[in-house]
Amino acid sequence: MKSDASGDWRPTAALEVLKRRARMLQQLRAFFSEHGVLEVETPILSCAGTPDPALASFATRYTGPLFPHGQTFYLHTSPEFSMKRLLAAGIGSIYQITKVFRDGEAGRWHNPEFTMLEWYRMGFDHHRLMDETGDLVTQLLRPSLRLETPERLTYREVFQRHVGIDPHTASTGDFAAIAKTHRLDVPHGMLAQSDHDVWRDLLLTHVVEPKLGQGRLTFIYDYPASQASLARIQPGNPPVAARFELYLNGIELANGFHELADADEQRTRFERQWHTRTANGLPVVPVDERLLAALAHGLPDCAGVALGFDRLVMLATGAHAIKDVIGFPIDRT
Amino acid sequence: MATYNTNEFKAGLKVMLDGDPASIVENEFVKPGKGQAFSRVKIRNLKNGRVIERTFKSGDTIEAADVVDVDMQFLYSDEQFWHFMNPETFEQLAADKKAIGDNAKWLKEQGVCVITLWNGIPLTVEPPQTVTLKIVETDPGLKGDTSGGGGKPATLETGAVVRVPLFIQIGEMIKVNTRTGEYLSRA
Repeated sequence: MKSDASGDWRPTAALEVLKRRARMLQQLRAFFSEHGVLEVETPILSCAGTPDPALASFATRYTGPLFPHGQTFYLHTSPEFSMKRLLAAGIGSIYQITKVFRDGEAGRWHNPEFTMLEWYRMGFDHHRLMDETGDLVTQLLRPSLRLETPERLTYREVFQRHVGIDPHTASTGDFAAIAKTHRLDVPHGMLAQSDHDVWRDLLLTHVVEPKLGQGRLTFIYDYPASQASLARIQPGNPPVAARFELYLNGIELANGFHELADADEQRTRFERQWHTRTANGLPVVPVDERLLAALAHGLPDCAGVALGFDRLVMLATGAHAIKDVIGFPIDRT
Repeated sequence: MATYNTNEFKAGLKVMLDGDPASIVENEFVKPGKGQAFSRVKIRNLKNGRVIERTFKSGDTIEAADVVDVDMQFLYSDEQFWHFMNPETFEQLAADKKAIGDNAKWLKEQGVCVITLWNGIPLTVEPPQTVTLKIVETDPGLKGDTSGGGGKPATLETGAVVRVPLFIQIGEMIKVNTRTGEYLSRA
């Protein structure tokens, strides 16, 4: 297909939207300044990457002084690892607004590079951080959106409410039956899929999410331990991850953890992810040994959250697609 | 056998779905930040025109359909088949009633249509967006009425019936939008 080359240089976002975006960035910085949270910058390029099988890192190469024979560097998918090294060094509560990069993600809600706001609070658990996240988001969306008091539901509660099953105990047969009653046309290959998390993600994205955050912020917490990522796991039946996500208008806006501080447990999880990557034929990225060393030194008790800033601007401006809030999406660069 | 993976999905892509040729209408990339990515697509079955929704796991593949669109000139109809010719290669082919559907009423000799072929067989025939046709029958309009308000039915040379302004008379050529079936102007 031929594109209209004559208008191609123009930004895909309206200038008014870009101005609102700039004002929101100022508001963010004012909020953190008032709350005594320090702005930091960490590298985008790292010799290690995330082993998370759900994330694909871009890789590039540096050749020159220090690495005369060339060295592969990964563009960060989130600034989490290096921010945790600052936390372990004792910097205190910090935030960062940075571009992050994820290969393979483009669509109405995704662009391979996007702006992330990430912050860490000393002495907070994930519930206290949900409070602060709710305050910040409510403040930034005003006056365009008037929201009711945020609600807080467990991962189990939202599944029970919207699909009528317990996501922790359901079998693949139960998940398949529910998908069928919701008239989800599931690809044939998936019927043989034994990974419960794929089924949970299918029902979450197709059935549950569209019902979340209607007129108010919805926080989901107590995720299955298998989806803990970098959150600590709370003992119980079943054990759950001290992780939360924030939704508004059915859109996933933020993901937070009561941060895992145990270096050995973190190494075990990295190794498990590394095995999944190998088994699925995904590129293997070097493990971040400096992060593990920092955790071994000691990560102060803290909670952290990452928020998709572009999506927040989308909600504030009523935009239909992410390209309406960023000047130049990947196909206009 | 050619296949497409989910990264190649886009509107207009022709694929095989449950044994029928189909065209992707819309593709939405869905992914939880920390989870499995999906392609949620709306697909039109090209045989029955129905649009269904289907979800694929990212990286899944689907069989490609040998479906192409070609511009062809309408030659004539023998009631059972509508015959077309490729103006460049002079190659001829015949479309059946199923492929023509309601569009038969817009076909005039020499008119260039877009024919969608599946494995070389016409699946659908799309007439030009605008056609110029002669009025063969209509009531004589009220004298002096040039407003066009209200209008009256008129039968065209191909058999189609459209509403035209009162001042249009038998024998006149008019332009019609084939997508809406509406009168546009005198030709």
